[in-house]
Amino acid sequence: MKFAVIVFPGSNCDNDAYYVIKKRLGVNVDFVWHKNTDLNHYDCIIIPGGFSYGDYLRAGAVARFSNIMNAIKLAAQKGKAVIGICNGFQILVESGLLPGALITNQSTRFISKETHLKVLNNNSLFTNKYKNQEIITMPIAHKQGNYYADQALLNQLKDNNQIAFQYSNNPNGSCYDIAGIFNKEKNILGMMPHPERASEKILGSNDGLKIFESMLSNI
Amino acid sequence: MKAKIYINYKDGILDPEGVTIGKALNTIGIKGITDLSVGKYIEMELDCKTHDEAVKIVKESCDKLLANPNTEVYHYKIMDDK
Repeated sequence: MKFAVIVFPGSNCDNDAYYVIKKRLGVNVDFVWHKNTDLNHYDCIIIPGGFSYGDYLRAGAVARFSNIMNAIKLAAQKGKAVIGICNGFQILVESGLLPGALITNQSTRFISKETHLKVLNNNSLFTNKYKNQEIITMPIAHKQGNYYADQALLNQLKDNNQIAFQYSNNPNGSCYDIAGIFNKEKNILGMMPHPERASEKILGSNDGLKIFESMLSNI
Repeated sequence: MKAKIYINYKDGILDPEGVTIGKALNTIGIKGITDLSVGKYIEMELDCKTHDEAVKIVKESCDKLLANPNTEVYHYKIMDDK
């Protein structure tokens, strides 16, 4: 059993994710450089936060053409768990693995603060350790985290129970207060809040750890 | 040949930067601006012989990378060398 943490030029939450898997879960984990083309040996894939390729053009727009993206698509097709956190979510959206778009926060500012989230669907590889409607605490740190979906897509997300988390107090203007979504099959999760920064009490919250524990329990 | 590419938000997509700049212009006393949107401007030098060839490259670039079809629209001008 092994986790992969994908590393792009400009990733900066890769060490945090690695640390949580290694030290908090006690599970094998590797950094995987974005030029690699093979993820066959991994059971779970984490696309971490940061500023891949300097966020040039649009956040995640350039990273989606990296070699590793084909391997991530293949892994997802096989039903493996793929989680994109913050910039990882932006990459998943740009690559079309998750629908919608992430645009500049309503305030136009970079927002770094603790947020409260409501768990909307606990029936997934990532959320089965939570209770439905449970309120959990995790920090956000982003400028382009304002989730956009047109009405048709929003209806589809609701109908398929693809909304994983909603903000209690919408910090960035996201439609329907969306903080994280699944793909239809629920084996890909993208979220702007940082569960890896909320995985031990000393950091203020360990509510994020359950995401990784959920992933582990499903392998 | 040269291409000039303009990328803007689709109608209905919030453009907070545009709104903020519009307010700032109003604050410094410049009146009469009813709407302002901020986009991207990209210039390309192209090695192609025909206008059609240039259009093909520009469109493919925009569709595949430069513009996000969910939130943005683009238009372009191709300038011949002459």
